[in-house]
Amino acid sequence: MADFKVQTPCTGLLPVTVGGLRLTEVVPRRMTSLAPYRGSAGALSAAMQAAHGVAWPEPGRMTGQAAARALWFGRELALLIGPEPDESLAAHAALTDQSDAWAVVQLDGRQAVEVLARLCPLDLREAVFAPGHTARTDVAHMAGSVSRLGLQTWQIMVFRSMAATLVHEVEIAMRRVAARQTSLL
Amino acid sequence: MRLGCPICGERDRREFYYQGAALSRPEGEVWAPEWDDYIHNRDNLPGVTRDLWQHEQGCGAWLIVTRNTVTHEVLGVALATEAGA
Repeated sequence: MADFKVQTPCTGLLPVTVGGLRLTEVVPRRMTSLAPYRGSAGALSAAMQAAHGVAWPEPGRMTGQAAARALWFGRELALLIGPEPDESLAAHAALTDQSDAWAVVQLDGRQAVEVLARLCPLDLREAVFAPGHTARTDVAHMAGSVSRLGLQTWQIMVFRSMAATLVHEVEIAMRRVAARQTSLL
Repeated sequence: MRLGCPICGERDRREFYYQGAALSRPEGEVWAPEWDDYIHNRDNLPGVTRDLWQHEQGCGAWLIVTRNTVTHEVLGVALATEAGA
C-alpha cells in the first residue's frame, strides 16, 4: 500500500522574507463555501451566528475572527474558514468543502500594500479598503481573493493549482518593492 | 475605464469581460426574422450602447452597462437580473 504524505498547497515554497516583508502560508482547518438558497440568507445568518458566532458577511466584508471567519466570496456566496460547518447550516444553504481547493497565504509588512498594488487593480488605501474588507479580484491575472486582516496584514487566496505562480509573483513584487526602498536610501 | 459594479463598487476594466449587446430574446422556438436580428444584425452606430458585461474576476454578476462609445462616458451599470437583458 502506498504511503501518502499530506502536502499543503505551498509546501516547499514558503515562508519567504524580503526586508521587512514576510509571506507565509496559512492552512485553515476547514474551508466551506456557503451559497444560501433563494430567500434564505437571513435564516442562514442566524444559524451561522448560533453555531459559529459569525454573521453572514455583506459584500466586500468579512465577519468573525481567526478561529472562525466568514469571508464574502462572490455574489450570494461566502466562505466559512476555520470550523467544520454545523449541520444546521445545510437547511439554508448549499455547503461545499473547499479545504483542498485554495492556496491561502498571508503577507505582512509596512510595505505590504505596495506589494499588492503591483499585483491587483484595487484601491487599497486605508480609507477605501480598511481592515475587515475583502474583495474578489484579479491577482497577477489569476482569479483570487484579497482580504485586509490588519493594517499591515493581508490574506491572498488563489486556486490551489496556481500556488507556485502566486508565490512567484508575490515574491518578485516583494523584491522589487524592497529594492526600491534600498535604492532610495 | 472603470465600471461601477452594483455589488463590488467601482472596479478596473480588467476585472470585467464583455459579453455582447444586451437585447431582448425573441419569444418562442420557431425561427423568425427577429432571431436574425437577435443573433446577427447589429447597426453598430456610434453613441450610446447597452451591453452585457460580466464581473468575472469579481463577484461574477452579469451587468447591463450603458455607455457612450463616442465620449467613453459610462452612463449606468445595473444587475442583469434586475434590469432585464
